[in-house]
Amino acid sequence: MKSFFLRKLNDKNRLLVIGVGLVLVGVFFTPIWHISLDAPQYPEGLGMQIWVNRVVGSTPYDLKNINLLNHYIGMQEIASESIPELLFMPYVLGYLIFGALVTFFYPRIWMVCLGVFNFAVLGAVGFYDFWRWEYNYGHNLNPEAPIVVPGMVYQPPLLGCKEMLNITACSYPSIGGMILFAAVFTLLFLLWTERRRFLDGI
Amino acid sequence: MNYKTLIKSVLLIIVGTTALAFCKKGAATATLASDAAKKVYVAPGEKDEVYAFLSGGFNGQMSVYGIPSARLFKIIPVFSVFPENGYGYDEETKDMLKTTHGYVPWDDSHHVEASMTEGKQDGRWLFLNANNTPRLARIDLKAFETKEILEIPNSAGNHASPFATENTEYLMAATRFSVPIPQSSVPIENFSKGDFKGTVTMVKVEPKTGRLSIELQVLVPGFDYDLSHCGKGKSHDWCFFTSYNTEQAHKMLEVGASKNDKDYILAFNWVRAKQCLDQGKATAHSGEYYRNYLPENKPVVSEKISGVKMLHPKDCSGMMYYLPTPKSPHGTDVDPTGEYIVGGGKLATVIPVHSFTKLMEVKDKPEHRTAEIMNIPVLKYESTLAGEVKKPCLGPLHTEFDGQGYAYTSCFVSSEVVKWELGTWEVVQHLPAYYSVGHLSIVGGSSKEPYGKYLIALNKITKDRYLPVGMELPQSAQLYDISGRKAELLSDFPTVGEPHYSQMIPAKLLMDKAAKIYPLEENKHPYGIKSEKEARVVREGNTVRVYMSQIRSHFKPDTIEVKRGDTVYFHITNLEQDFDIPHGFAVSGAPEMPNLLIMPGQTRTFKWKAPNPGIYPFYCTDFCSALHQEMQQYIRVTP
Repeated sequence: MKSFFLRKLNDKNRLLVIGVGLVLVGVFFTPIWHISLDAPQYPEGLGMQIWVNRVVGSTPYDLKNINLLNHYIGMQEIASESIPELLFMPYVLGYLIFGALVTFFYPRIWMVCLGVFNFAVLGAVGFYDFWRWEYNYGHNLNPEAPIVVPGMVYQPPLLGCKEMLNITACSYPSIGGMILFAAVFTLLFLLWTERRRFLDGI
Repeated sequence: MNYKTLIKSVLLIIVGTTALAFCKKGAATATLASDAAKKVYVAPGEKDEVYAFLSGGFNGQMSVYGIPSARLFKIIPVFSVFPENGYGYDEETKDMLKTTHGYVPWDDSHHVEASMTEGKQDGRWLFLNANNTPRLARIDLKAFETKEILEIPNSAGNHASPFATENTEYLMAATRFSVPIPQSSVPIENFSKGDFKGTVTMVKVEPKTGRLSIELQVLVPGFDYDLSHCGKGKSHDWCFFTSYNTEQAHKMLEVGASKNDKDYILAFNWVRAKQCLDQGKATAHSGEYYRNYLPENKPVVSEKISGVKMLHPKDCSGMMYYLPTPKSPHGTDVDPTGEYIVGGGKLATVIPVHSFTKLMEVKDKPEHRTAEIMNIPVLKYESTLAGEVKKPCLGPLHTEFDGQGYAYTSCFVSSEVVKWELGTWEVVQHLPAYYSVGHLSIVGGSSKEPYGKYLIALNKITKDRYLPVGMELPQSAQLYDISGRKAELLSDFPTVGEPHYSQMIPAKLLMDKAAKIYPLEENKHPYGIKSEKEARVVREGNTVRVYMSQIRSHFKPDTIEVKRGDTVYFHITNLEQDFDIPHGFAVSGAPEMPNLLIMPGQTRTFKWKAPNPGIYPFYCTDFCSALHQEMQQYIRVTP
């Protein structure tokens, strides 16, 4: 088994690894996650996007309007500056891309495994952080807020849709998020083909 | 009127009335039989197909309707103050109504013109005339707001206005009441001695911004200039003006101005006029006027301008010709091809149609001329005539075109619309109108490319059509479907003010371009603020400036103290950047200032003289949020 991990990737898979690295660059230029809010008085919808380094509205004024809505229930203002994770997330992404580059020049199966491990750990931490972030926004409400509904929390869902008062909030990966998922699946697929090659004795 | 014409007229009245009675019954059954209601029904949540912009006549405004539903969407104040939103009252818009006569808070608005590119509607601006105190306005079709008002000097009664050339290079404005130019106190009987004159004004439209300026005025004989339309295609260089009272009567015009068998359509080559201007043939002339406009994101600029360039017809040959046209012509309309110029002789028994091609052929041939007035050649009626629609109706006024080779003429006296065919001059249908129809409007009907599905008749009288509401009944419009072979009445709807003329524009040309907010970052108001942090009160002697912000659901600053007699300027910025969230502002008991509606991202100023000591509430008047009722506060006035 040890010899499997030490095996060199075949040329096709080596190219696939660098391909994953290149595609990951796209995450810098696309939103990772998208949260949408629907309410009767917003027939055109409101939305915000989480990018690797910032949170923005789906239209230039959406974030301002989401914050305006949120102020009734005493939610903290959502602003990129107040989310420290956004400062180092670009480096994390850079690290993953760097890993792909190293693997291209040092194409060993264990390097791909390390990549998958990195994705898994960073993904888990990321999801936990995102959940914590939503939890804090949803729970730490100003007690002086004009609208206080006893027992009501306003934590948006991690994935999927949820009704909060008259608002339906939906949370789904956006293009960047899909790229990240696709990258992991590509690496897993790569490992599977390498394993089959190994078992077939090629 | 000779004996024969009189007999004809009487006969026509009898025939007309009988036809009318007959048609009325026919139309009513036709409407019941067909499913007209379905054609005007716009289901909840669905949108109308067409915007109709109706001038309000004596109310000085413009109203926006959806067609075919005939639902009223908005009233755009243009020449009249509008307490509902503070137009004409606040520091920003009151100068829009500034004139050389002072502040004129009302006018009589007749003709809506849509901006055009290559003779087709382009959805940029609408223009509207002020008849009483000669002015011309530009309404922006993104914000649906009045952005500019230009006064027309050396004019008295800006009626034949504002008609645009094919690419909106110019708007034409001709005077209804001829007066001494420059003004002077001469005996009124001198009217017929040539002391009174008219003017034709060429107002230049800056293609990018729409900014208006007076390029040139042309002095014309002292008749009453009534309406105008400019050419298109081959007649691009020309505009046509009707005139009445060529008799130059000054008493009992009802009789005095109705004597001549023919008055004139003035054919005016504006390209030639511009050429003469460039050749230095126009001279400096007196005339003071105001130009008031709202630059993007800034308060109104009001400028007083002195002097115009005046051109005399004698100094610019080939610029103007008179086409005799029976009898007291009112409307003059050019068909989509630019070939036919249709006159609406309100006392005529025919609808005369001039041919542009013939006009070009004969205009400089002496044998086709009968006279000259102020060096303007008068051509022979028959020389330019393309044809006459015989006995169409009584009192033909205005004509619009459907782009399918048919013309529709309104007939005031016999209260009907006649559909007739261009070229054969045959009447194909009589459509009753209820009652006394003036202008007509077809979607794009005055452009090169009519959309030709709907026609509205703009009526003066509505007896028996609606529930009575005292002695003044609502004025009314009627909607017809003209897409089929036979036009069909779809609905009646009451209007705001007198629906004098209208432009109808397909919704798809405008709806997606409508502005939703004023971007705050582009707000260049000197007293505007960008955030609540900048909200403050600044005292300058006895003047207090309150830099105030509004956002759901509070003002900042919210409590204010001033001294008795202070002049307080509330410079209020609506910090919202959300569609459909204007905020209101009203101060209890404020004299002279009504409500202000401040659009998202906009700054407007409420001027208030601090009265006797006391506590004065102020609040938001436009329901804005769940806590709208909490959006209120106090001003304390100390001794």
